[in-house]
Amino acid sequence: MYPGEQVTALLEQMNISHVVWLPDSELGTWEEALLRAPFLKLIRVCREGEAWAIAAGLKMGGQNPLVIIQCTGLFESGDAMRNVCFDLKLPLFAIIGYRSYLAQDKLPGDTALKFTEPVLDAWEVPYQLIKSQQELPLIVEHYQRCLQQNTPGAILLAEGKV
Amino acid sequence: MNSNSPAGMNLVDALTALNQFRNQAVVISTMGAAREWPRISNHPLDLVYVPSSMGQAPALGLGLALACPEQRVIIINGDGCMLMNLGTLVTISAEAPSNFVLVVIENGVYEVTGRQPTAANPSIRPVDSQVDMVEMARAAGFKNAHRYCDLETWKTESESVLQEEGPVFICLECVPCSGDASITSPGPMRERLPLFQQALTE
Repeated sequence: MYPGEQVTALLEQMNISHVVWLPDSELGTWEEALLRAPFLKLIRVCREGEAWAIAAGLKMGGQNPLVIIQCTGLFESGDAMRNVCFDLKLPLFAIIGYRSYLAQDKLPGDTALKFTEPVLDAWEVPYQLIKSQQELPLIVEHYQRCLQQNTPGAILLAEGKV
Repeated sequence: MNSNSPAGMNLVDALTALNQFRNQAVVISTMGAAREWPRISNHPLDLVYVPSSMGQAPALGLGLALACPEQRVIIINGDGCMLMNLGTLVTISAEAPSNFVLVVIENGVYEVTGRQPTAANPSIRPVDSQVDMVEMARAAGFKNAHRYCDLETWKTESESVLQEEGPVFICLECVPCSGDASITSPGPMRERLPLFQQALTE
């Protein structure tokens, strides 16, 4: 639904140096494009908390990383995100897969859907919801907005439509 | 952890030996090591990772090592922290940073919270069911993994081991400290981190 080549072109506009990820079935379709992109390196983690910490280390070392995880990984990694974004005050950015947003009949009552936005609100992470391929350029807009305000930020990428 | 080892090293002695050969490496310390390290070293490339997200120091160090491949990065982690995030060992070995050294202080307890045993502590485990962090590191892909139980051997070998091609895993068996084990932050991160980042570029 969200072509990897289009997303990768946006990441190049954002000057992303590294993608630190643990993908879901939607985000995972980008792997080929990410591996082909000459301007970035793909780092795979075993659990999502590592992604925030690795991204923090990259940021400290002068790089420009992006975290890519599913919303379930957001829940799992909360303490790691809290520490790097708000204790270390490193304004990291993430693309977060919003599971079943566009196919709520497939997983009725999905609690991952129920809690994702309230959790981001609770963590005070400004986010931009993207619901279609046409809205993908909003990734760059929101990223630049967060950059200017020196805040962490997230893209919520609605998933579920074939 | 070697249940036949009667005590292990004194933490301060073990860290002092490490500091002698850290040269110009970044040293990221957490937990009990973070409590003692500021008394042992005052180097601009020290990062006392307090406050931390427990378990994330190796990942933080990995990011730094990948960002600065010419810079040696040493992480001093607790064994309780290591158990929280064992998958990181695989993440690290996949990236295989040659400038990365992970030191785990193994005392079998959550020292900072009052010395409760970890699940790996031999004293609370079934007989003949021991956890071996060095073997775990090797199984996770670390080619260079070492265990030190006594100070003299660690002092003798630390210089060469700390310079091995990474990623390197070093397990230092230490006795838990007595008395107050709490950690105090050496200062607000918002002040310390920019100074550390500046030192990285110098």
